[in-house]
Amino acid sequence: MADPADFMRRDHAQHPPAFAPTYKSTFLRSPRRPLLSMEQSIGDRTGPVFGHDRLDPLDNDLIHNFATDGEALGERIIVYGKVLDENARPVRNTLIEVWQANAGGRYRHVRDGYLAPLDPNFGGCGRCMTDEDGNYVFRTIKPGPYPWRNHGSDWRPAHIHFSVFGDAFAQRLVSQFYFEGDPLIRLCPIVNTLPDPTLADRLTATLDMGEMVPFDCLAYRFDIVLRGRRSTFFENRPEGN
Amino acid sequence: MIFQRLKETPSQTAGPYVHLGTVPSAAGLEIRTQENPHILQGDADGTRIRIEGLLIDGAGQPVTDAMMEIWQADSKGRYGQDGFFGWGRTVTDWTTGRWWFETVKPGPVPYRDGRTEAPHIDILIFSRGINIHLHTRLYFADEAEANADDPVLKAAGAPWLQETMIAGRFDADGMPGYRLDIHLQGEKETVFLDM
Repeated sequence: MADPADFMRRDHAQHPPAFAPTYKSTFLRSPRRPLLSMEQSIGDRTGPVFGHDRLDPLDNDLIHNFATDGEALGERIIVYGKVLDENARPVRNTLIEVWQANAGGRYRHVRDGYLAPLDPNFGGCGRCMTDEDGNYVFRTIKPGPYPWRNHGSDWRPAHIHFSVFGDAFAQRLVSQFYFEGDPLIRLCPIVNTLPDPTLADRLTATLDMGEMVPFDCLAYRFDIVLRGRRSTFFENRPEGN
Repeated sequence: MIFQRLKETPSQTAGPYVHLGTVPSAAGLEIRTQENPHILQGDADGTRIRIEGLLIDGAGQPVTDAMMEIWQADSKGRYGQDGFFGWGRTVTDWTTGRWWFETVKPGPVPYRDGRTEAPHIDILIFSRGINIHLHTRLYFADEAEANADDPVLKAAGAPWLQETMIAGRFDADGMPGYRLDIHLQGEKETVFLDM
């Protein structure tokens, strides 16, 4: 296989620091020594390739993929967008996984004990792959906010977790997106781990009436950007470390 | 030539319910058939091994809600070959923080400038309280000669820092086992990478 180019370095000013005091769980789960920075290895520049054959046709339809008796309850939405790299190139045929609470803010997870009820027709997980132009789409219920123990009872804004693989392990990204106009976003201790408040805008899906389905569901657009490969203008090759 | 620059989407924690989206059966949800919780599939060439360890926080307590992924070369040092997927995912045990994978021992892989990297497995860790996933490596204690020349281990510096990435060997029910405890923080803090 041809040796693929390196990725541009990850700009940690665009990501939350490991230790972020507003979010208490980071206190004991953040390394205190600096990360070890290295030239990328072939293992960083490559990654698993998932085939479309792994997916079931309903995997990207959370309104139906767990339903046994009717459909999931709540605000019906389409979420769509593009996965691009930092060079604005589409990231093709890459796996996106999503998970979320139901319309009442309750997760179908054995460890979630929130008093809001489960929806018997909603599982809350899905996945899809981008197409040849980097497009993805799924259909779901807009998740509800929910309380969590942090500073007394904090409330998470409505959010959907997502995981993207990209073409290489160096592009691996897990994050969350929020919904335009939600007043809980600016109050959220997890959102506020971001070093700059404007970064929350890049995690906010925008309402898109152009793609809503009349008398059926609203649409939100959310684009995802993964690290881009570096151009190799000149490459010195230092020996040793 | 491409000069347009976008910025990478910011990371957020995978949260306490990461299992729901990544290993749904661990969340109690039976919805998928192909989850790849452990790496070995079919009859991959090479020595079958088990790698395992504990994931431990800064107070010495087990991290019982994490999701971990590995990526590795096959026994001949090649990534993404037919017959060996090279990627796997698991969750830490809900009382002990223990994780494990059954796989094949990777071969050495070529590095830059014609150098060679010692056999290793890349590990990513996602969980509540981890804002951006942590990346480390597992090396093998019985590859001392290769480890001594490995560019990443050398860059890690002092031997006690290198050792946070080197798994000790044991017998895992008749197959070679390698144990590496990963410490997120504290005196035994693992070396984490920024590649």
